[in-house]
Amino acid sequence: MNVVSTRPQKIHPHKFTLWLAIGSIIMMFAGLTSAYIVKGEQPGWSTVVVPKIFYYSTGVILISSLTMQMALKSFKERNMQQYRILLTVTATLGLAFLVMQILGFQQLFNSGVKLEGGAGAAQFLYIIFGLHGLHVLGGAIALLVMFLKAFSARVRNYNAIPVEVISTYWHFVDLLWVYLFVFFLVKS
Amino acid sequence: MSNDALHGHPEVVTTHDAHHDEHHVHHHKETFITKYVFSQDHKMIAKQFLITGMVWAVLGGLMSVLFRLQLGYPDQAFPWLEDILGRWAKGGKISAENYYALVTMHGTVLVFFVLTGGLSGTFANFLIPLQIGARDMASPMMNMLSYWFFFGGSIVMVSSLFVQTGPFSGGWTAYPPLSALGDASPGSKVGMDLWITAMALFVVSSLLGGLNYVSTVLNMRTKGMSMTRMPLTMWALFFTAVLGILSFPVLLSGFILLLFDRHGGTSFYLSDIYIATTQQALPNEGGSAILFQHLFWFLGHPEVYIILLPAMGLSSEIISVNARKPIFGYMAMVGSMFAITILAFLVWAHHMFVTGLNPFLGSVFVLLTLLIAVPSAIKVFNWLTTIWKANIRFTPGMLFALGFVSLFISGGLTGIFLGNSTLDIHLHDTYFVIAHFHIVMGVSAFFGMFAGVYHWFPKMYGRFLNNTLAYIHFWVTLAGAYMIFWPMHYEGLAGMPRRYFDYSNWESFKQFAELNKFISTVAIIVFAVQLLFLFNFFYSIFKGRKVTTMNPWGATTLEWTTPIRPGHGNWVGEIPEVHRWAYDYSKDGRDFIPQTEPIGPNESHH
Repeated sequence: MNVVSTRPQKIHPHKFTLWLAIGSIIMMFAGLTSAYIVKGEQPGWSTVVVPKIFYYSTGVILISSLTMQMALKSFKERNMQQYRILLTVTATLGLAFLVMQILGFQQLFNSGVKLEGGAGAAQFLYIIFGLHGLHVLGGAIALLVMFLKAFSARVRNYNAIPVEVISTYWHFVDLLWVYLFVFFLVKS
Repeated sequence: MSNDALHGHPEVVTTHDAHHDEHHVHHHKETFITKYVFSQDHKMIAKQFLITGMVWAVLGGLMSVLFRLQLGYPDQAFPWLEDILGRWAKGGKISAENYYALVTMHGTVLVFFVLTGGLSGTFANFLIPLQIGARDMASPMMNMLSYWFFFGGSIVMVSSLFVQTGPFSGGWTAYPPLSALGDASPGSKVGMDLWITAMALFVVSSLLGGLNYVSTVLNMRTKGMSMTRMPLTMWALFFTAVLGILSFPVLLSGFILLLFDRHGGTSFYLSDIYIATTQQALPNEGGSAILFQHLFWFLGHPEVYIILLPAMGLSSEIISVNARKPIFGYMAMVGSMFAITILAFLVWAHHMFVTGLNPFLGSVFVLLTLLIAVPSAIKVFNWLTTIWKANIRFTPGMLFALGFVSLFISGGLTGIFLGNSTLDIHLHDTYFVIAHFHIVMGVSAFFGMFAGVYHWFPKMYGRFLNNTLAYIHFWVTLAGAYMIFWPMHYEGLAGMPRRYFDYSNWESFKQFAELNKFISTVAIIVFAVQLLFLFNFFYSIFKGRKVTTMNPWGATTLEWTTPIRPGHGNWVGEIPEVHRWAYDYSKDGRDFIPQTEPIGPNESHH
């Protein structure tokens, strides 16, 4: 069934929906970081030293954004061989990012920063970085679906929309991470 | 086209056959499951939202009847209550703990599951594609998921009524520490976890729905349907969805922090308070309950407009159709809805004037709050000027739309009292507040919803509702709503606080015993009349008078150009093109000119 109207469109509805969803996710993290700022002015606030491994994970997710962009470019050029390789690299980097986040949490936890009792920067860090990780995980799962589609012999699809949607989302979680990371560096 | 739409409507069959080769509207076979259960047709999803919302409204309304029994007749026992409620009402009297649970669930259910899910879920789904000229939503799949998340949330919320420690009982706003501490009350134990889970599912449902509504309105309008040619219902539902998309995520972040306080031992909201039940002080330190209030009301206030804007949109459309006059000040209506949307985000702290907010900050919020009176007054003025000197057709839908305007004025005026932080010192947490918000967003949004149901029922089911029952429903509900909530203003001005179980031993408020009895009696009658409406609704789906013309109300909008019982895809053949705005009534000597009619040589463009 043709659900899309025949009127010429500036932007595909699915892409537009993604932009709206991004607005929604931004509001969620804006809520959390504002809570951080409000809470930071209360008595009993404690700061945290952001573990070094988060610097490396920042590098990883930035590179993955680059490979995602290259994957999109090769898809548009119908260079499927290269697209598949770049998609695989992006997904692997995404998973590597998640592993590094978990390692970072472990380091922090082992150095005695727990959830119980306190509500300083560290507790916000666990929750905010954790929720960001979930959003990356969602992206990685979407990449996995694209990955399976790209290797399936039966489906020959040259529709660039899904690839564009996933790449926009991937850049968004990347930028979101940069914002959150800088926020924590500046505030603690 | 689904098959049943073709039976008994030969004219539809003809058009369908004529266009059969060019347009592939709906050819795959539908089973019961894909048509009625996991449907991706926006019209069926709308009906699912409506009927689920009705079930919720009966439950939430019944809860209010039960606690009104306690408030009206505090010294009487009703043995039948024990028969239906068991240990909730030992000896025929509702216990204090369960009274609070009833009040809490009444608020949660009606605010979120009826007036948000039931209202915008129903009408955004039903009307958006039909009125902008689209075959379905931008993503029918997400739309279906939106309903099923709503349904899932409903199941979890209902299940919390049946757990041993009872549902959450700390008020629908779920302020910590009552919501954060399992030891605070029985309802704060597993009942609260279920409450949060249900609300999280509800938020997901709202977001999936809202993303779809906005994306559909902006991207899928038919040819010629510019934004300023849309009926006001579309603008209202569009702004509603924008509010939801931007405010619900913040509520979700508040709930996530709450979950960590409950189960992770963090101190976002909890501090070292002493608990009487465990005889111990909490290990937490530095938590701030105000933080939760900020996060909650950042959603909570836009939520008021999420409830109200659809009712405004539906009423604007119905008033114009039945006054047979163009809506007065179309652009002013759009502009004031836009202003309300912006201001909705800037006034949340007026719910917190007396909870320890900085008084200077309070005065800023007073100013912003009172500013909302401006767009609200513009809207009221425009509704009144639309019916001014009109030949009004008093259909049930029109009556409810006018009732909405009446209630919005009455409730809006008391909002000016409450928006003042100084007056709020006296009025906060009294029955004045209860009266204010029940009239201005509770009952008036219900009136908007009823207006919509009566007006669009012919489009939904191809039959009319019974008018006699509808008139009884309207007059009893309108008179009843005022008789219930008007006296509460006096109680509130006298200082009678809300959320108390029994006032009969309280010297200052004993005088209101008879008034409370009166309110409770009216509440029971009004509830009974709502059951009459439900009977009318379900009876008319099967036995109502059949709609015989495509456009029974003589309306200009696109939904009345579809077949009487439209199938999935809405239009047989091409989607009509739009040439004019939606409000050409009584123009050039004609009763109405449909949006699909091209502009004549002697007409100016809209």
